Amino acid sequence: MSSAQQLKRVFALADANSFYASCEKVFRPDLEGKPVVVLSNNDGCVVAQSKEAKALLKLWMCRPWFEIEEEALRLGVVPFSSNYELYANMSNRFMTTLRQISPRQEVYSIDESFLEMTGITRNLTDYGQEIKRTVKDWTGLPICVGFGHSKTLAKLANHCAKKQMQWEGVCDLTALSERELEAILGQLPVDTVWGVGRRLQASLATVGVENVLRLKRADPKRVRDKFGVVLERTVRELNGEVLIEMEEMVPEAKQVMSSRSFGARVHQLKDLEEAISYHASNASQRLRSKGLYANAVYIFIQNSPFDKAEYYGPSCTVALPCPTDNTLQINKAALWLLKRIYRPGIYYQKAGVMLMELVPKGGQQQELLGYSEATPKAQALMETLDRINTKYSKGMLKVASEGVENAWVMRRGFKSPNYTGDWGQLRLIK
Amino acid sequence: MNTFHQPALPKILEVPSLNPLALPRPIYSGKVRAGQSRFPSPAQDYEQAELDLNKRLVRNPPATFFFTVSGDSMIGAGIFEGSTLVVDRSIKAKSSSIVVAMVEGELMVKRLYKRGTVVKLLSDNPAYAPITLTEGQELIIWGVVTYVISAAA
Repeated sequence: MSSAQQLKRVFALADANSFYASCEKVFRPDLEGKPVVVLSNNDGCVVAQSKEAKALLKLWMCRPWFEIEEEALRLGVVPFSSNYELYANMSNRFMTTLRQISPRQEVYSIDESFLEMTGITRNLTDYGQEIKRTVKDWTGLPICVGFGHSKTLAKLANHCAKKQMQWEGVCDLTALSERELEAILGQLPVDTVWGVGRRLQASLATVGVENVLRLKRADPKRVRDKFGVVLERTVRELNGEVLIEMEEMVPEAKQVMSSRSFGARVHQLKDLEEAISYHASNASQRLRSKGLYANAVYIFIQNSPFDKAEYYGPSCTVALPCPTDNTLQINKAALWLLKRIYRPGIYYQKAGVMLMELVPKGGQQQELLGYSEATPKAQALMETLDRINTKYSKGMLKVASEGVENAWVMRRGFKSPNYTGDWGQLRLIK
Repeated sequence: MNTFHQPALPKILEVPSLNPLALPRPIYSGKVRAGQSRFPSPAQDYEQAELDLNKRLVRNPPATFFFTVSGDSMIGAGIFEGSTLVVDRSIKAKSSSIVVAMVEGELMVKRLYKRGTVVKLLSDNPAYAPITLTEGQELIIWGVVTYVISAAA
Protein backbone atom coordinates (compact mmCIF):
# COMPACT_ATOMS: atom_id res chain seq x y z
CA MET A 1 0.00 0.00 0.00
CA SER A 2 2.62 2.46 1.06
CA SER A 3 4.83 1.88 -1.96
CA ALA A 4 2.05 2.88 -4.34
CA GLN A 5 1.27 5.92 -2.29
CA GLN A 6 1.89 9.37 -3.63
CA LEU A 7 3.61 12.01 -1.60
CA LYS A 8 1.53 12.23 1.55
CA ARG A 9 0.25 15.67 2.37
CA VAL A 10 1.56 17.25 5.54
CA PHE A 11 0.10 20.25 7.35
CA ALA A 12 1.34 22.23 10.30
CA LEU A 13 -0.66 24.34 12.68
CA ALA A 14 1.29 27.03 14.51
CA ASP A 15 -0.60 28.58 17.38
CA ALA A 16 0.52 31.18 19.91
CA ASN A 17 0.20 30.28 23.57
CA SER A 18 -2.15 32.49 25.61
CA PHE A 19 -1.82 35.00 22.82
CA TYR A 20 -3.12 38.21 24.42
CA ALA A 21 -1.31 37.60 27.68
CA SER A 22 1.88 36.73 25.76
CA CYS A 23 1.67 39.98 23.76
CA GLU A 24 1.61 41.92 27.01
CA LYS A 25 4.56 39.97 28.38
CA VAL A 26 6.73 40.74 25.36
CA PHE A 27 6.90 44.36 26.49
CA ARG A 28 7.04 43.48 30.16
CA PRO A 29 9.78 40.89 30.47
CA ASP A 30 9.62 41.53 34.21
CA LEU A 31 6.34 39.60 34.17
CA GLU A 32 8.01 36.41 32.94
CA GLY A 33 6.67 33.55 35.02
CA LYS A 34 3.98 35.70 36.59
CA PRO A 35 0.22 35.21 36.27
CA VAL A 36 -1.27 37.65 33.78
CA VAL A 37 -4.91 38.03 32.75
CA VAL A 38 -6.42 40.13 29.97
CA LEU A 39 -9.85 41.64 30.44
CA SER A 40 -12.56 42.27 27.88
CA ASN A 41 -13.73 45.73 26.90
CA ASN A 42 -14.54 47.99 29.82
CA ASP A 43 -12.64 45.54 31.98
CA GLY A 44 -15.72 43.35 32.00
CA CYS A 45 -14.40 39.83 32.36
CA VAL A 46 -11.32 37.68 31.89
CA VAL A 47 -10.77 36.79 28.23
CA ALA A 48 -7.22 35.48 28.35
CA GLN A 49 -4.89 34.03 30.93
CA SER A 50 -1.22 33.23 30.95
CA LYS A 51 -0.39 29.66 31.88
CA GLU A 52 0.60 30.80 35.34
CA ALA A 53 -2.84 32.37 35.78
CA LYS A 54 -4.53 29.23 34.45
CA ALA A 55 -2.68 27.18 37.01
CA LEU A 56 -3.82 29.43 39.82
CA LEU A 57 -7.51 29.10 39.13
CA LYS A 58 -9.06 27.56 36.09
CA LEU A 59 -12.49 29.04 36.52
CA TRP A 60 -11.46 32.62 36.02
CA MET A 61 -12.06 32.55 32.31
CA CYS A 62 -15.17 34.57 31.47
CA ARG A 63 -15.71 35.53 35.09
CA PRO A 64 -16.65 39.18 35.68
CA TRP A 65 -13.55 40.99 36.83
CA PHE A 66 -15.23 42.86 39.68
CA GLU A 67 -16.11 39.54 41.29
CA ILE A 68 -12.60 38.19 41.31
CA GLU A 69 -10.46 41.33 41.37
CA GLU A 70 -9.74 41.26 45.07
CA GLU A 71 -8.69 37.64 45.16
CA ALA A 72 -6.74 37.88 41.91
CA LEU A 73 -4.72 40.88 43.05
CA ARG A 74 -4.06 39.21 46.39
CA LEU A 75 -2.63 36.23 44.51
CA GLY A 76 -0.34 38.55 42.57
CA VAL A 77 -2.20 38.37 39.27
CA VAL A 78 -1.35 41.23 36.92
CA PRO A 79 -4.41 42.41 34.97
CA PHE A 80 -4.42 44.10 31.56
CA SER A 81 -7.26 45.75 29.70
CA SER A 82 -7.63 44.58 26.11
CA ASN A 83 -5.17 46.31 23.81
CA TYR A 84 -6.45 45.10 20.46
CA GLU A 85 -4.22 47.50 18.54
CA LEU A 86 -1.19 45.85 20.08
CA TYR A 87 -2.53 42.33 19.56
CA ALA A 88 -3.29 42.98 15.90
CA ASN A 89 0.23 44.30 15.40
CA MET A 90 1.81 41.33 17.14
CA SER A 91 -0.39 39.01 15.11
CA ASN A 92 0.95 40.60 11.92
CA ARG A 93 4.49 39.99 13.08
CA PHE A 94 3.75 36.38 13.95
CA MET A 95 2.09 35.69 10.60
CA THR A 96 4.78 37.52 8.62
CA THR A 97 7.46 35.46 10.33
CA LEU A 98 5.66 32.22 9.50
CA ARG A 99 5.22 33.28 5.90
CA GLN A 100 8.97 33.54 5.52
CA ILE A 101 9.21 29.94 6.67
CA SER A 102 6.46 28.52 4.49
CA PRO A 103 4.84 30.46 1.68
CA ARG A 104 1.75 28.29 1.69
CA GLN A 105 0.04 29.77 4.66
CA GLU A 106 -3.53 30.09 5.79
CA VAL A 107 -4.01 32.59 8.58
CA TYR A 108 -6.77 30.91 10.48
CA SER A 109 -7.30 33.38 13.29
CA ILE A 110 -5.49 36.17 15.09
CA ASP A 111 -3.14 33.68 16.74
CA GLU A 112 -3.05 30.55 14.59
CA SER A 113 -1.95 29.69 11.12
CA PHE A 114 -1.86 26.57 8.97
CA LEU A 115 1.21 25.89 6.87
CA GLU A 116 1.48 23.39 4.08
CA MET A 117 4.55 21.20 4.68
CA THR A 118 4.09 18.56 2.01
CA GLY A 119 7.35 17.36 0.53
CA ILE A 120 9.62 18.54 3.30
CA THR A 121 12.13 15.82 3.86
CA ARG A 122 13.79 16.92 7.05
CA ASN A 123 12.77 15.80 10.51
CA LEU A 124 9.59 17.69 11.25
CA THR A 125 10.08 17.80 14.99
CA ASP A 126 13.41 19.57 14.47
CA TYR A 127 11.81 21.84 11.91
CA GLY A 128 8.94 22.62 14.26
CA GLN A 129 11.39 23.48 17.02
CA GLU A 130 13.17 25.80 14.61
CA ILE A 131 9.90 27.51 13.72
CA LYS A 132 9.03 27.85 17.37
CA ARG A 133 12.45 29.27 18.19
CA THR A 134 12.39 31.71 15.28
CA VAL A 135 8.97 33.09 16.22
CA LYS A 136 10.10 33.43 19.83
CA ASP A 137 13.34 35.16 18.85
CA TRP A 138 11.79 37.54 16.36
CA THR A 139 8.51 38.44 18.00
CA GLY A 140 8.87 37.29 21.60
CA LEU A 141 5.76 35.13 21.31
CA PRO A 142 5.74 31.55 22.58
CA ILE A 143 4.03 29.15 20.19
CA CYS A 144 3.28 25.47 19.71
CA VAL A 145 3.44 23.57 16.43
CA GLY A 146 1.54 20.45 15.44
CA PHE A 147 2.04 18.33 12.31
CA GLY A 148 -0.47 15.95 10.74
CA HIS A 149 -1.51 14.43 7.43
CA SER A 150 -4.67 16.54 7.39
CA LYS A 151 -5.60 19.89 8.87
CA THR A 152 -7.79 18.13 11.42
CA LEU A 153 -4.80 16.03 12.50
CA ALA A 154 -2.48 19.06 12.54
CA LYS A 155 -4.93 20.82 14.80
CA LEU A 156 -5.06 17.80 17.08
CA ALA A 157 -1.27 17.60 17.09
CA ASN A 158 -1.16 21.22 18.14
CA HIS A 159 -3.52 20.44 21.00
CA CYS A 160 -1.13 17.70 22.17
CA ALA A 161 1.87 19.99 21.82
CA LYS A 162 0.14 22.54 23.98
CA LYS A 163 -1.33 20.33 26.67
CA GLN A 164 1.18 17.52 27.00
CA MET A 165 4.55 18.51 28.35
CA GLN A 166 6.53 15.65 26.81
CA TRP A 167 6.28 17.16 23.31
CA GLU A 168 8.13 20.32 24.31
CA GLY A 169 5.81 22.41 22.21
CA VAL A 170 6.13 20.49 18.94
CA CYS A 171 4.09 17.38 18.16
CA ASP A 172 4.54 15.51 14.89
CA LEU A 173 1.80 12.94 14.49
CA THR A 174 3.12 11.99 11.04
CA ALA A 175 6.22 10.42 12.56
CA LEU A 176 4.22 7.99 14.69
CA SER A 177 3.36 4.41 13.88
CA GLU A 178 -0.33 3.57 13.65
CA ARG A 179 -0.17 1.95 17.09
CA GLU A 180 1.51 4.92 18.73
CA LEU A 181 -0.98 7.28 17.13
CA GLU A 182 -3.95 5.26 18.29
CA ALA A 183 -2.60 5.08 21.82
CA ILE A 184 -2.58 8.87 21.89
CA LEU A 185 -5.98 9.32 20.27
CA GLY A 186 -7.51 6.87 22.71
CA GLN A 187 -6.63 9.25 25.54
CA LEU A 188 -8.17 12.35 23.99
CA PRO A 189 -11.81 13.30 24.53
CA VAL A 190 -13.71 13.92 21.28
CA ASP A 191 -14.18 17.62 21.90
CA THR A 192 -10.46 18.11 21.32
CA VAL A 193 -11.17 17.48 17.64
CA TRP A 194 -11.54 20.47 15.37
CA GLY A 195 -15.21 21.21 14.83
CA VAL A 196 -16.55 18.97 17.58
CA GLY A 197 -18.30 21.17 20.09
CA ARG A 198 -19.88 20.37 23.39
CA ARG A 199 -23.26 19.56 21.94
CA LEU A 200 -21.86 17.17 19.38
CA GLN A 201 -19.72 15.63 22.07
CA ALA A 202 -22.85 14.89 24.10
CA SER A 203 -24.65 13.22 21.23
CA LEU A 204 -21.53 11.25 20.29
CA ALA A 205 -21.34 10.04 23.87
CA THR A 206 -24.82 8.53 23.54
CA VAL A 207 -23.52 6.23 20.80
CA GLY A 208 -20.40 5.34 22.74
CA VAL A 209 -17.95 7.60 20.94
CA GLU A 210 -16.07 9.15 23.82
CA ASN A 211 -12.53 9.44 22.62
CA VAL A 212 -10.90 10.46 19.38
CA LEU A 213 -9.84 6.92 18.54
CA ARG A 214 -13.46 5.79 18.60
CA LEU A 215 -14.36 8.62 16.28
CA LYS A 216 -11.48 7.78 13.95
CA ARG A 217 -12.64 4.18 13.74
CA ALA A 218 -16.28 5.06 13.17
CA ASP A 219 -17.79 4.04 9.85
CA PRO A 220 -17.91 7.22 7.72
CA LYS A 221 -21.18 6.25 6.06
CA ARG A 222 -22.95 5.70 9.34
CA VAL A 223 -21.50 8.91 10.69
CA ARG A 224 -22.86 10.77 7.69
CA ASP A 225 -26.32 9.29 8.11
CA LYS A 226 -26.49 10.06 11.77
CA PHE A 227 -24.48 13.29 12.12
CA GLY A 228 -24.13 14.74 8.64
CA VAL A 229 -21.38 15.28 6.10
CA VAL A 230 -19.32 17.66 8.21
CA LEU A 231 -18.57 15.05 10.83
CA GLU A 232 -18.05 12.43 8.15
CA ARG A 233 -15.38 14.68 6.73
CA THR A 234 -13.82 14.95 10.17
CA VAL A 235 -13.69 11.15 10.49
CA ARG A 236 -11.98 10.83 7.12
CA GLU A 237 -9.53 13.58 8.01
CA LEU A 238 -8.69 11.79 11.25
CA ASN A 239 -7.75 8.85 9.04
CA GLY A 240 -5.34 10.98 7.08
CA GLU A 241 -7.47 11.82 4.07
CA VAL A 242 -7.27 15.45 3.01
CA LEU A 243 -10.75 16.87 2.60
CA ILE A 244 -10.25 20.31 4.03
CA GLU A 245 -7.92 22.18 1.75
CA MET A 246 -5.80 25.13 2.69
CA GLU A 247 -7.99 28.24 3.05
CA GLU A 248 -11.13 26.25 2.63
CA MET A 249 -12.46 25.80 6.13
CA VAL A 250 -14.18 28.87 7.52
CA PRO A 251 -13.57 29.70 11.15
CA GLU A 252 -16.92 29.57 12.85
CA ALA A 253 -17.85 33.13 13.62
CA LYS A 254 -14.39 34.22 14.71
CA GLN A 255 -14.72 37.21 12.49
CA VAL A 256 -17.16 38.60 9.98
CA MET A 257 -15.75 40.10 6.86
CA SER A 258 -17.14 42.19 4.06
CA SER A 259 -14.89 43.20 1.22
CA ARG A 260 -14.89 43.59 -2.50
CA SER A 261 -12.72 44.73 -5.34
CA PHE A 262 -13.79 47.92 -7.05
CA GLY A 263 -15.00 47.79 -10.62
CA ALA A 264 -12.63 50.59 -11.52
CA ARG A 265 -9.76 51.98 -9.45
CA VAL A 266 -10.86 54.49 -6.82
CA HIS A 267 -8.72 57.28 -5.44
CA GLN A 268 -10.95 59.81 -3.71
CA LEU A 269 -11.56 59.65 0.01
CA LYS A 270 -15.26 60.20 -0.57
CA ASP A 271 -15.54 57.07 -2.69
CA LEU A 272 -13.58 55.00 -0.24
CA GLU A 273 -15.79 56.27 2.56
CA GLU A 274 -18.82 55.05 0.72
CA ALA A 275 -17.26 51.67 0.18
CA ILE A 276 -16.11 51.28 3.77
CA SER A 277 -19.46 52.48 5.03
CA TYR A 278 -21.18 49.94 2.82
CA HIS A 279 -19.00 47.12 4.09
CA ALA A 280 -19.44 48.20 7.68
CA SER A 281 -23.23 48.11 7.31
CA ASN A 282 -23.06 44.84 5.48
CA ALA A 283 -20.85 43.18 8.07
CA SER A 284 -22.94 44.55 10.93
CA GLN A 285 -26.08 43.08 9.47
CA ARG A 286 -24.34 39.76 9.08
CA LEU A 287 -23.24 40.00 12.69
CA ARG A 288 -26.79 40.61 13.90
CA SER A 289 -28.12 37.70 11.90
CA LYS A 290 -25.73 35.50 13.87
CA GLY A 291 -26.64 36.97 17.22
CA LEU A 292 -23.10 38.17 17.84
CA TYR A 293 -21.43 41.33 19.07
CA ALA A 294 -18.07 42.62 17.89
CA ASN A 295 -15.35 43.95 20.14
CA ALA A 296 -13.11 45.38 17.49
CA VAL A 297 -13.27 46.71 13.95
CA TYR A 298 -10.56 46.15 11.38
CA ILE A 299 -10.42 47.77 7.97
CA PHE A 300 -8.08 47.56 5.03
CA ILE A 301 -7.63 49.32 1.72
CA GLN A 302 -5.19 48.38 -0.97
CA ASN A 303 -4.09 49.03 -4.48
CA SER A 304 -3.50 46.07 -6.70
CA PRO A 305 -0.24 44.20 -6.24
CA PHE A 306 -0.33 43.86 -10.03
CA ASP A 307 -0.46 47.58 -10.67
CA LYS A 308 2.73 49.32 -11.57
CA ALA A 309 2.69 51.62 -8.56
CA GLU A 310 4.32 50.45 -5.37
CA TYR A 311 2.03 48.26 -3.32
CA TYR A 312 0.13 50.11 -0.62
CA GLY A 313 -2.10 47.97 1.56
CA PRO A 314 -2.50 49.39 5.03
CA SER A 315 -4.81 47.99 7.64
CA CYS A 316 -5.89 49.31 10.98
CA THR A 317 -7.80 48.07 14.00
CA VAL A 318 -9.69 49.77 16.78
CA ALA A 319 -11.37 48.37 19.86
CA LEU A 320 -14.97 49.40 20.38
CA PRO A 321 -16.07 51.12 23.57
CA CYS A 322 -18.32 48.20 24.32
CA PRO A 323 -19.26 45.10 22.34
CA THR A 324 -21.86 46.00 19.78
CA ASP A 325 -23.76 44.94 16.70
CA ASN A 326 -24.88 48.45 16.01
CA THR A 327 -24.41 49.59 12.42
CA LEU A 328 -24.04 53.23 13.37
CA GLN A 329 -21.33 52.58 15.87
CA ILE A 330 -19.43 50.14 13.69
CA ASN A 331 -19.73 52.50 10.78
CA LYS A 332 -18.27 55.33 12.79
CA ALA A 333 -15.37 53.21 13.86
CA ALA A 334 -14.65 52.04 10.33
CA LEU A 335 -14.70 55.56 8.89
CA TRP A 336 -12.52 56.84 11.68
CA LEU A 337 -9.99 54.14 10.84
CA LEU A 338 -10.17 54.96 7.15
CA LYS A 339 -9.11 58.55 7.85
CA ARG A 340 -6.02 57.21 9.55
CA ILE A 341 -4.81 55.06 6.69
CA TYR A 342 -6.07 56.87 3.60
CA ARG A 343 -3.42 58.43 1.43
CA PRO A 344 -4.27 60.50 -1.61
CA GLY A 345 -2.75 59.83 -5.00
CA ILE A 346 -3.18 56.08 -4.77
CA TYR A 347 -5.50 54.14 -7.01
CA TYR A 348 -7.21 51.70 -4.69
CA GLN A 349 -8.47 48.41 -5.95
CA LYS A 350 -10.04 46.86 -2.89
CA ALA A 351 -11.44 47.74 0.51
CA GLY A 352 -13.01 45.81 3.31
CA VAL A 353 -14.21 45.75 6.87
CA MET A 354 -13.78 42.93 9.32
CA LEU A 355 -15.51 42.64 12.66
CA MET A 356 -13.37 40.84 15.21
CA GLU A 357 -13.42 39.43 18.70
CA LEU A 358 -16.98 38.28 18.36
CA VAL A 359 -18.96 37.36 21.44
CA PRO A 360 -22.51 36.09 21.87
CA LYS A 361 -25.11 38.75 22.38
CA GLY A 362 -26.51 39.39 25.81
CA GLY A 363 -24.95 39.99 29.20
CA GLN A 364 -22.79 42.82 27.89
CA GLN A 365 -21.89 45.69 30.09
CA GLN A 366 -23.06 49.07 29.02
CA GLU A 367 -21.26 52.28 29.54
CA LEU A 368 -22.55 53.81 32.71
CA LEU A 369 -22.22 57.35 31.52
CA GLY A 370 -22.78 58.82 28.16
CA TYR A 371 -21.83 56.72 25.21
CA SER A 372 -24.20 53.89 24.66
CA GLU A 373 -26.03 53.13 21.51
CA ALA A 374 -26.94 49.61 22.49
CA THR A 375 -30.07 50.81 24.25
CA PRO A 376 -33.44 49.16 23.58
CA LYS A 377 -34.20 52.08 21.30
CA ALA A 378 -31.09 51.50 19.22
CA GLN A 379 -31.83 47.81 19.21
CA ALA A 380 -35.29 48.48 17.81
CA LEU A 381 -33.79 50.79 15.20
CA MET A 382 -31.42 48.07 14.06
CA GLU A 383 -34.20 45.52 13.86
CA THR A 384 -36.27 47.88 11.77
CA LEU A 385 -33.29 48.59 9.57
CA ASP A 386 -32.71 44.89 8.96
CA ARG A 387 -36.41 44.24 8.33
CA ILE A 388 -36.69 46.95 5.76
CA ASN A 389 -33.47 45.92 4.09
CA THR A 390 -34.60 42.33 3.96
CA LYS A 391 -38.03 43.17 2.67
CA TYR A 392 -36.94 45.65 0.08
CA SER A 393 -33.64 45.61 -1.67
CA LYS A 394 -30.47 45.28 0.31
CA GLY A 395 -29.13 48.66 1.32
CA MET A 396 -32.53 50.37 1.01
CA LEU A 397 -31.94 52.09 4.31
CA LYS A 398 -28.43 53.32 4.81
CA VAL A 399 -26.37 55.17 7.31
CA ALA A 400 -25.47 58.73 6.52
CA SER A 401 -21.79 58.74 7.33
CA GLU A 402 -20.90 61.01 10.16
CA GLY A 403 -17.91 62.09 12.22
CA VAL A 404 -16.81 60.22 15.27
CA GLU A 405 -14.70 62.38 17.54
CA ASN A 406 -14.79 61.40 21.19
CA ALA A 407 -16.60 58.21 20.53
CA TRP A 408 -13.80 55.93 21.51
CA VAL A 409 -13.54 56.56 25.16
CA MET A 410 -13.95 53.45 27.21
CA ARG A 411 -12.83 52.10 30.49
CA ARG A 412 -9.54 50.39 30.06
CA GLY A 413 -8.07 50.92 33.49
CA PHE A 414 -5.21 48.45 33.00
CA LYS A 415 -4.42 49.11 29.37
CA SER A 416 -0.82 48.86 28.30
CA PRO A 417 0.51 51.60 26.00
CA ASN A 418 0.24 51.18 22.25
CA TYR A 419 3.91 50.14 22.09
CA THR A 420 3.86 49.27 18.42
CA GLY A 421 1.43 51.75 16.96
CA ASP A 422 2.08 55.20 18.39
CA TRP A 423 5.39 57.07 18.47
CA GLY A 424 4.24 58.80 21.63
CA GLN A 425 3.63 55.54 23.46
CA LEU A 426 6.82 53.60 22.76
CA ARG A 427 8.34 51.71 25.64
CA LEU A 428 10.62 54.05 27.60
CA ILE A 429 14.07 52.73 28.29
CA LYS A 430 16.93 53.96 30.42
CA MET B 1 -23.38 38.42 -1.52
CA ASN B 2 -20.34 40.32 -0.50
CA THR B 3 -20.36 39.40 3.12
CA PHE B 4 -18.79 36.13 3.98
CA HIS B 5 -16.72 34.45 6.56
CA GLN B 6 -13.19 34.97 5.58
CA PRO B 7 -11.27 31.73 5.95
CA ALA B 8 -8.19 33.66 6.71
CA LEU B 9 -7.24 37.16 7.54
CA PRO B 10 -7.04 38.77 4.18
CA LYS B 11 -3.89 39.14 2.15
CA ILE B 12 -3.44 42.71 3.22
CA LEU B 13 -1.84 41.54 6.40
CA GLU B 14 1.16 40.83 4.26
CA VAL B 15 2.15 44.43 4.52
CA PRO B 16 2.33 44.84 8.23
CA SER B 17 1.46 48.14 9.77
CA LEU B 18 5.02 48.30 11.03
CA ASN B 19 6.06 49.28 7.58
CA PRO B 20 3.35 51.78 6.99
CA LEU B 21 4.41 54.27 4.41
CA ALA B 22 6.72 52.96 1.78
CA LEU B 23 7.66 55.94 -0.30
CA PRO B 24 6.58 55.65 -3.89
CA ARG B 25 9.07 55.05 -6.62
CA PRO B 26 8.69 56.67 -9.98
CA ILE B 27 6.40 54.46 -11.95
CA TYR B 28 7.89 55.18 -15.25
CA SER B 29 11.51 55.39 -16.20
CA GLY B 30 12.36 56.10 -19.75
CA LYS B 31 10.44 55.16 -22.80
CA VAL B 32 9.66 51.56 -23.46
CA ARG B 33 9.39 50.64 -27.04
CA ALA B 34 8.58 47.27 -28.47
CA GLY B 35 10.85 46.06 -31.18
CA GLN B 36 13.89 48.03 -32.17
CA SER B 37 15.18 50.53 -29.70
CA ARG B 38 15.93 54.02 -30.95
CA PHE B 39 17.86 56.45 -28.87
CA PRO B 40 17.13 56.08 -25.19
CA SER B 41 17.15 59.17 -23.07
CA PRO B 42 20.69 59.86 -21.86
CA ALA B 43 19.22 60.59 -18.42
CA GLN B 44 17.71 57.17 -18.17
CA ASP B 45 20.73 55.60 -16.58
CA TYR B 46 20.76 58.18 -13.84
CA GLU B 47 17.18 57.86 -12.83
CA GLN B 48 16.93 56.31 -9.40
CA ALA B 49 14.37 54.88 -7.11
CA GLU B 50 13.23 57.15 -4.29
CA LEU B 51 15.01 56.32 -1.09
CA ASP B 52 12.93 54.62 1.51
CA LEU B 53 13.98 55.10 5.12
CA ASN B 54 11.91 52.14 6.22
CA LYS B 55 14.00 49.86 4.07
CA ARG B 56 17.18 51.46 5.34
CA LEU B 57 16.37 51.31 9.04
CA VAL B 58 14.22 48.21 9.27
CA ARG B 59 16.03 45.12 8.06
CA ASN B 60 13.54 42.58 9.35
CA PRO B 61 10.12 44.15 9.86
CA PRO B 62 8.40 41.46 11.99
CA ALA B 63 11.35 41.46 14.39
CA THR B 64 11.86 45.22 14.60
CA PHE B 65 10.54 47.34 17.45
CA PHE B 66 11.04 50.94 18.53
CA PHE B 67 11.88 52.32 21.95
CA THR B 68 12.18 55.82 23.35
CA VAL B 69 15.25 56.62 25.44
CA SER B 70 15.04 58.32 28.77
CA GLY B 71 18.20 59.35 30.60
CA ASP B 72 21.80 59.97 29.62
CA SER B 73 23.60 56.71 30.41
CA MET B 74 24.48 56.08 26.77
CA ILE B 75 25.35 59.54 25.50
CA GLY B 76 28.81 58.35 24.47
CA ALA B 77 27.15 56.10 21.91
CA GLY B 78 25.08 58.94 20.52
CA ILE B 79 21.99 57.84 22.42
CA PHE B 80 20.31 60.78 24.07
CA GLU B 81 17.23 61.55 26.07
CA GLY B 82 14.33 61.26 23.64
CA SER B 83 16.24 59.31 20.97
CA THR B 84 14.33 56.59 19.17
CA LEU B 85 15.99 53.20 19.16
CA VAL B 86 15.49 50.75 16.32
CA VAL B 87 15.72 47.34 17.93
CA ASP B 88 16.01 44.09 15.99
CA ARG B 89 15.21 40.92 17.90
CA SER B 90 16.43 38.61 15.14
CA ILE B 91 20.07 39.63 15.48
CA LYS B 92 22.36 37.75 17.84
CA ALA B 93 24.01 39.99 20.41
CA LYS B 94 27.79 39.95 20.41
CA SER B 95 30.23 41.46 22.82
CA SER B 96 30.14 45.24 22.28
CA SER B 97 26.66 45.16 20.74
CA ILE B 98 24.34 47.82 22.07
CA VAL B 99 21.43 45.87 23.47
CA VAL B 100 18.08 46.25 25.13
CA ALA B 101 18.45 44.02 28.14
CA MET B 102 16.73 43.19 31.37
CA VAL B 103 18.37 42.66 34.71
CA GLU B 104 16.45 42.41 37.96
CA GLY B 105 13.19 43.24 36.27
CA GLU B 106 14.46 46.45 34.75
CA LEU B 107 14.67 47.04 31.02
CA MET B 108 17.67 49.08 29.91
CA VAL B 109 19.83 50.00 26.95
CA LYS B 110 23.51 49.17 27.50
CA ARG B 111 26.60 47.92 25.75
CA LEU B 112 27.12 44.20 26.20
CA TYR B 113 30.53 43.02 27.33
CA LYS B 114 31.41 39.34 27.20
CA ARG B 115 34.82 37.83 27.90
CA GLY B 116 34.75 34.18 28.80
CA THR B 117 32.44 33.88 31.76
CA VAL B 118 32.47 37.58 32.56
CA VAL B 119 29.34 39.36 31.44
CA LYS B 120 28.85 43.06 31.99
CA LEU B 121 26.49 45.75 30.86
CA LEU B 122 28.36 48.96 30.21
CA SER B 123 27.05 52.48 30.10
CA ASP B 124 28.53 54.91 27.62
CA ASN B 125 28.81 57.62 30.22
CA PRO B 126 31.57 57.70 32.88
CA ALA B 127 29.01 58.78 35.45
CA TYR B 128 27.51 55.30 35.46
CA ALA B 129 29.28 52.23 36.82
CA PRO B 130 29.23 49.01 34.81
CA ILE B 131 26.77 46.35 35.87
CA THR B 132 28.61 43.10 36.39
CA LEU B 133 26.45 40.04 36.42
CA THR B 134 26.96 37.87 39.41
CA GLU B 135 26.33 34.16 39.42
CA GLY B 136 22.67 33.26 39.39
CA GLN B 137 21.67 36.71 38.19
CA GLU B 138 19.56 36.51 35.08
CA LEU B 139 20.21 38.60 32.04
CA ILE B 140 17.64 38.72 29.26
CA ILE B 141 18.76 40.19 25.95
CA TRP B 142 15.56 41.58 24.50
CA GLY B 143 17.05 42.75 21.23
CA VAL B 144 19.96 44.44 19.53
CA VAL B 145 19.94 48.17 18.79
CA THR B 146 20.57 48.61 15.08
CA TYR B 147 19.96 52.34 14.64
CA VAL B 148 19.55 55.41 16.81
CA ILE B 149 17.36 58.22 15.58
CA SER B 150 17.85 61.58 17.23
CA ALA B 151 16.37 64.93 16.37
CA ALA B 152 18.94 67.52 15.35
CA ALA B 153 16.63 70.44 14.98
